[in-house]
Amino acid sequence: MTAALARNRLPALAGATTVLLGISIALIFFYAPDDRDQGLSQRIFYFHVPLALTAYACFGWGAWKALRHLWKREPGADLESYVAIHQGVIFGALTLLTGSIWAKISWGVWWSWSETQLVLFLVLFLFYCAYFMLRYSVDPGPARANMCAVYALFGVVLIPISFLAIRLSQRFIHPVVFTRDGPQMAGSMFFTFCVALVAMLALFATFYQLELAGKRLDTRLRELRELLAP
Amino acid sequence: MSYAADVVALARKDLLLELRAKETLPAMLLFVLAALTIFHFAIPTDTSDVATLGLLWIAIVFTALLGLTRAFVPEREQGTMDALVLATRDRSAIWLAKSVAVFAFLGLAELIALPAFSLFFDPVDARTVAAVVLADIGICAVGTLTGAMAVAGRARELILPLLFLPLAIPVIVGGVGASAGAGGRYLLFLVLYDAVFALLAWASFEYVVAET
Repeated sequence: MTAALARNRLPALAGATTVLLGISIALIFFYAPDDRDQGLSQRIFYFHVPLALTAYACFGWGAWKALRHLWKREPGADLESYVAIHQGVIFGALTLLTGSIWAKISWGVWWSWSETQLVLFLVLFLFYCAYFMLRYSVDPGPARANMCAVYALFGVVLIPISFLAIRLSQRFIHPVVFTRDGPQMAGSMFFTFCVALVAMLALFATFYQLELAGKRLDTRLRELRELLAP
Repeated sequence: MSYAADVVALARKDLLLELRAKETLPAMLLFVLAALTIFHFAIPTDTSDVATLGLLWIAIVFTALLGLTRAFVPEREQGTMDALVLATRDRSAIWLAKSVAVFAFLGLAELIALPAFSLFFDPVDARTVAAVVLADIGICAVGTLTGAMAVAGRARELILPLLFLPLAIPVIVGGVGASAGAGGRYLLFLVLYDAVFALLAWASFEYVVAET
């Protein structure tokens, strides 16, 4: 029963994601107004920022699952944590890419060290790439699961610490859109942004479920094969 | 035996081993002197004081890395780790003792490195020394945990820098900031880093060495 439900959930989720992404792209290009300073190029904002926030969400979810693994010994939490972080690295790479393109267009440079968010993302990117090195250098088993979970937890602690460190030492040119007084943009822009963010999170959820389903299938197949040919 | 006695016994074992074998500390000393010599040739002669202070921090982090790479080698070669994990004691004591030992080695290496740096480049002030001590605590706390992870894998020495360096970036930011002039808040930041990561490492070490 639950297996059948899980089978049907993935196509439904994928469908919803497609619709949401379609709506968000339509909104980005046809509904949201042109930015007064930056014109068309500002529209990359609707991809860049949701990508970045989704990457943080992935890392956060991965760390949460890691905590569940260590704390409650939840079966499968290790795999879920790994898949979330894997997706996070992909979204993170896209964030670096879109951020770099945007930086080139609006500041004229591909990379700027005086830019908190980019540097922070680079640090996290390096950190989570090392996560994969760790995972693939240890033989699968409970020891690996524990170790990876601990490292994933270090990651979420590193995020605020690095943010503080980088912010301490820099002058900023990164536009700060979300201040304590609420979002600094027009209503229609904010609406577009929210839809784009939800679409991106849905995309993550779909990829997450898809990869998880694939990995689980893999494990079951291996188990069956071992049963058949001992 | 209490927790403190465990830590003292394990740290004493590491220091004794080093005293007899003399493997890690001489290597760290030579490495840090060689690194400073290389820096002298790598940078232009009219480089500012602030830039050379950055080199001091690079030397410190890489020297620490050298020591950390060796930290769990005796445990691995003699199979001591299995015995330690089997003992019905609090396993975080293993981490604390190893951190203390690495801290001692690193401190001794810096006792030579800091005067050498003052001799070769610019004199270091009290604030830099304070930052170095604070940074050492963080480096040893985080480095010992990642060191324990690294020896469990196949890649071993290869993987430790990859695991450790991203975590050490805030230490570099804090250390360079403190020694380059804008003191107080960077020192506070280093204290925060030490507290947060030491606590996390202390709480999670158990899972790194446990086989279940």
